[in-house]
Amino acid sequence: MAQDETINYLNHDRSLKSWLLTKDHKRIGLMYLGAVSLAFLAGGILALLIRLELLTPGETIMGPDAYNQSFTIHAVLMVFVVLIPAIPAALGNFFLPLQLGARDVAFPRLNLFSFYLYLTGAVIVLSALIVGRIDGGWTFYAPYSERVGDSILFVTTGVFVMGFSSILTGLNFIVTVHKMRTPGLTWNRLPLFVWSIYSTAIVQVLATPVIGITMVLLFLERFLSIGIFDPALGGDPVLFQHFFWFYSHPAVYIMILPAFGIISELIGTFSRHRVSGYTFVALSSVAIAFLGFLVWGHHMFVSGQSAVSSVVFSLLTYLIGIPTGVKVLNWVTTMYRGSISFKTPMIYALIFLFTFSIGGFSGVMVGVLGIDIHLHDTYFIVAHFHYVMMGGTVIAMLGGIHYWWPKMTGRMYNETLGKIAAILVFIGFNLTFFPQFIMGSRGMPRRYYDYLPEFQFMHELSTYGSWILGAALFMILGYMMASLINGKKAPSNPWGALTLEWTHAAALPHPHNFLATPIVVRGPYDYHLAREMFELVPSGDGQHGEVIPGVEASEPDGRPEEA
Amino acid sequence: MTSHSAEGHPAHLEHHFVSSEQQFDAAKMGMWLFLVTEILLFSGMFVTYTVFRSWHPEVFAHSAELLDWRMGGINTIVLLASSFTVALAVHFAQKDNMRLVIINLMVTLVFAFLFLVIKYFEYTGKFAHGVFPGAAFDPHGVAGGHNYADYNIPYAAQFFSIYFVMTGIHAFHVIVGIGVIAWITLRVSRGEFSSAYYTPVELTGLYWHLVDIIWIFLFPLLYLI
Repeated sequence: MAQDETINYLNHDRSLKSWLLTKDHKRIGLMYLGAVSLAFLAGGILALLIRLELLTPGETIMGPDAYNQSFTIHAVLMVFVVLIPAIPAALGNFFLPLQLGARDVAFPRLNLFSFYLYLTGAVIVLSALIVGRIDGGWTFYAPYSERVGDSILFVTTGVFVMGFSSILTGLNFIVTVHKMRTPGLTWNRLPLFVWSIYSTAIVQVLATPVIGITMVLLFLERFLSIGIFDPALGGDPVLFQHFFWFYSHPAVYIMILPAFGIISELIGTFSRHRVSGYTFVALSSVAIAFLGFLVWGHHMFVSGQSAVSSVVFSLLTYLIGIPTGVKVLNWVTTMYRGSISFKTPMIYALIFLFTFSIGGFSGVMVGVLGIDIHLHDTYFIVAHFHYVMMGGTVIAMLGGIHYWWPKMTGRMYNETLGKIAAILVFIGFNLTFFPQFIMGSRGMPRRYYDYLPEFQFMHELSTYGSWILGAALFMILGYMMASLINGKKAPSNPWGALTLEWTHAAALPHPHNFLATPIVVRGPYDYHLAREMFELVPSGDGQHGEVIPGVEASEPDGRPEEA
Repeated sequence: MTSHSAEGHPAHLEHHFVSSEQQFDAAKMGMWLFLVTEILLFSGMFVTYTVFRSWHPEVFAHSAELLDWRMGGINTIVLLASSFTVALAVHFAQKDNMRLVIINLMVTLVFAFLFLVIKYFEYTGKFAHGVFPGAAFDPHGVAGGHNYADYNIPYAAQFFSIYFVMTGIHAFHVIVGIGVIAWITLRVSRGEFSSAYYTPVELTGLYWHLVDIIWIFLFPLLYLI
């Protein structure tokens, strides 16, 4: 046993080849995390430059052309290279099989393939920068995208390729959740993170093919002028918008649903309290995934779709507020009479409740037809989706990274610095984006390079906020990296959490995850049950499961030792 | 990975699965999900077809006359027959009759090639009269009782663009299918499969049925109505 403790997924083979060709979901997850973080760094630096340019009216540091390119690349990077894969492909890959008590995802080779597809797509997108200028925003609306320079082709091709990566990851996760659960892990005992990744995967599989065919049609239209989208050829640009948003609105739920899952884990763990309304929280993820397919038209209230469709889409948009509200209310109730410990991940969860709620409520506001006519294409929209995407997804991602850092790296980060950084993120974030709500409601249009002098004060606040936010994020990067070198060695369950990755896996998990197949006899947040019930019940009795390779090879029913 | 040779642990079973049944179920579910994504991929094109048809029904009805329903009909029969033979291949894999599996897969390949040959003649027949997708659309000449120049009307180009894109992407799936079936045939002939493990044969069959089903929808929509 002592010998087994020293073998973990990081040290069992240290060669570069063993990383590049790994089929281990944990290593693939870490590689995703690295790639996503790099893209986030690049997109973030662009954001800081954009904010700096907007500090004063007129030219501050760059010309209008560079500005247009900056916000386009910022958006393309953040949406397709960071937010969509961030939580499912990085943290989901690492922790979904662990939380299911599985040895790996259902299709490990496909998992690695999907990582390389993602990298290929990202490289194709970035090569657009070398080919030429790209300035149409991230939505590639036709016919503009068919008439500008060739670099847009690289972006759309990259998006197409990354879309396949996303589909394959989603497909893999759905099958993993259905077929790879350990004995006793029934659907109503699944951790809520699993439920949210599962709902996300459904959206990935059902929505992404549509953006795939849209990109193909756009491509063909450019080369053959097939006349589907371009009005000059008899096509319909609104049809492009329908196709685009049929994917890209559900894609918003690909970004936010996994964040909900993380928040459920964090609030459950750090309140030491059963997540109240478990069934409702779990099924509300599925409900959001389903409703998410029916609301794309709210992006097109002013695009010339019929008034009837606008009214229907507006009503359906309100419905999304119901399952989302169910979640937020249950999270708050979970904390009631809980034994709350304010560790860094929990602080991120509390920040999330605040910022995401603002993002959500402002989303219901812009779902109102009349108000949207006024707010459409203003900074109000920019503030709204940053409150959801950054205040929601990125905050949850940060919370999740802190929460699972000990399990991924075997090290503890510095808790004090963690708390300071979290509070700075909160201040910086709100200072950056709250003034944008005010500006937007007063008519400051989004994407504009220049603005009237009366908006300068708000723009200044926003830019100062971005500096605090940037500094806090660099601070996090700094102490996280430092923890790898001199961080305290993490115990296997530093938070006293009850999901399988904490209770049944070593501080640094074994290459095959578990030393013995875990058998689940309780729910994931049953903090009210006696502690002894949670302890490891080694199997190998031939009835409940088998011993995993690498341990106790003498077991009559066991598998042979892996070399 | 090491080879698993211990008793009760067949060679095809990957290390992260508990049993062959689990592996088979997972693979099959994965394939069904993949087929769902294929249907959604085509759904974008079916929606495009529906939108343009509802705007210009008379143009679509008129332009469809240029397509040869006999060739399309023969191709429908060819694909249906190939679906039958691939189903037989799966059936004989379950019965452990690998010789008949190979024969049926080869017949499927012949049908698949036949489909592409007929498609080739259809395409070249159209190209000869200047019927191309998109901007190159410039119909001319007389053939089979049609004066092609009559079809040089607004939005006829759209019909043929949609025709070429839909059947082209479908033909691409046929070509991929030929590659996959050829590879599986090779693996069967190497003796890799038995009635205990024939998952790849079954999954290939599922994929091929999808290719067939999509054509079943394309044929009436483009040729008949």
